[in-house]
Amino acid sequence: MADPAPQSLKRTPLYDLHVALGAKIVPFSGYEMPVQYPKGIMAEHVQTRTKAGLFDVSHMGQVTLSGGDAVAALETLVPADIRALQASRQRYTQFTNDKGGILDDLMVTNRSVDLLLVVNAGCKDADIAHLRDRIGKRCRLEVHAERALLALQGPMAAEVLGRFAPACKTMPFMSGLAADVVGVPCYLTRSGYTGEDGYEISMAGDKAMLVAKRLLDEAEVEPIGLGARDSLRLEAGLCLYGHDIDETTTPAEAGLLWSIQKRRREEGGFPGADVVKRQIAEGPARKRVGILPEGRAPAREHTEITDATGKPAGAITSGGFGPTLGAPIAMGYVTTAQAAAGTPLQLVVRGTPRPAKVAPMPFVPQRYYRG
Amino acid sequence: MAERKYTKEHEWIMVDGDVATVGITDYAQGQLGDVVYVELPAAGKQVTQMGQAAVVESVKAASEVYAPLTGEVVEANGALADNPALVNSDPAGAGWFFKIKLSNKGELSGLMDEAAYKTFVDGL
Repeated sequence: MADPAPQSLKRTPLYDLHVALGAKIVPFSGYEMPVQYPKGIMAEHVQTRTKAGLFDVSHMGQVTLSGGDAVAALETLVPADIRALQASRQRYTQFTNDKGGILDDLMVTNRSVDLLLVVNAGCKDADIAHLRDRIGKRCRLEVHAERALLALQGPMAAEVLGRFAPACKTMPFMSGLAADVVGVPCYLTRSGYTGEDGYEISMAGDKAMLVAKRLLDEAEVEPIGLGARDSLRLEAGLCLYGHDIDETTTPAEAGLLWSIQKRRREEGGFPGADVVKRQIAEGPARKRVGILPEGRAPAREHTEITDATGKPAGAITSGGFGPTLGAPIAMGYVTTAQAAAGTPLQLVVRGTPRPAKVAPMPFVPQRYYRG
Repeated sequence: MAERKYTKEHEWIMVDGDVATVGITDYAQGQLGDVVYVELPAAGKQVTQMGQAAVVESVKAASEVYAPLTGEVVEANGALADNPALVNSDPAGAGWFFKIKLSNKGELSGLMDEAAYKTFVDGL
């Protein structure tokens, strides 16, 4: 995606805090965002894996759907079983197109009074237009552009946030809770994008500075930028929209069938259901897999993948260095014949084939709260 | 101690006789962030001024390192294979990249001295 001219970039309510903390600011999805703070990506990554990290994800879109038909309406756009989503529970899903490709991936929380959707920054304008166009007459759609979103992630996240909102300590993974944090009404979900236990915290934008500063005052918490957010999610095996999934990849190819519940697989009723159902029955021609390069050279996005004999097998969609593993890691699509864990591959890095193998994901164990 | 010269691409060069040692500056390593891999040219490789000579990779991205001068690579810093973080911790010393036997010492006159490089960086 081309970055727009600097004068058109937006800022989150925490921009001044990022600058005061010494962040290196970069353009990302139309926003000026912190890519790293002075301690650097490696230290921020380790901080999140061992203690707690605070992320500003206010660039993401927060949208609510309400009205009697909202659940059925949303089900016409996503393959998840929204009807079976109980009060205060959250689910991961995708907006699909008529070919089963992915327009965006998102989180949906049943807040009883409404459905809260959190969508990617780079897709939010298109998502909102899609929602208005397809289901805008069936339910009330509200875009909460004034709200901020923080993520507090890491093994000490529950202990830290529990000092302010004790009820958060026992809320289930993938659930939501309305709670005050330092006197600010917030909506918490126990979820995130790092593979660690943690929360996303939604609040009015003009209160975000107060909440963020108070959380950063806790000894276990450091600010974390987009650089470590990317290395953390890659180690956790999580997809980045526009890279690992896009309009040309289906949930079956992307290994996201766990997010399509039984009733929806049988009934369909979402865009591209015929394609996805066929791929479930017959198996997709290619699959997203984890890849461990041998040696220390990272293989970046778009790196060509071949089988052990040099025949083209696919391409890397995310690749870098996994600080927890101390080694390069990647994910990409390969032909199904090459997709089994342990399959030897070659990665053509700067013209030179280098050995690698298919690896199970996540690369580091997920440590979500299981009660 | 030999005088250090600099390029606008943030490399430093230290010349001893007709051999130049090349590395990246403290400013460059700070911009890159944590270095996780360095791909160095093999001894014997001919490099051309401003031609690609090495690759340095941070957690986030890969960046090319250009040869500041024309010549033949006579040695690469093998210590970077096991410990690429030397580029961050000691960019002007143990984190050096490679040595070139110069074929045109006249190219040196086009490089910046330390004061000029400092002015250049301050203006960025």
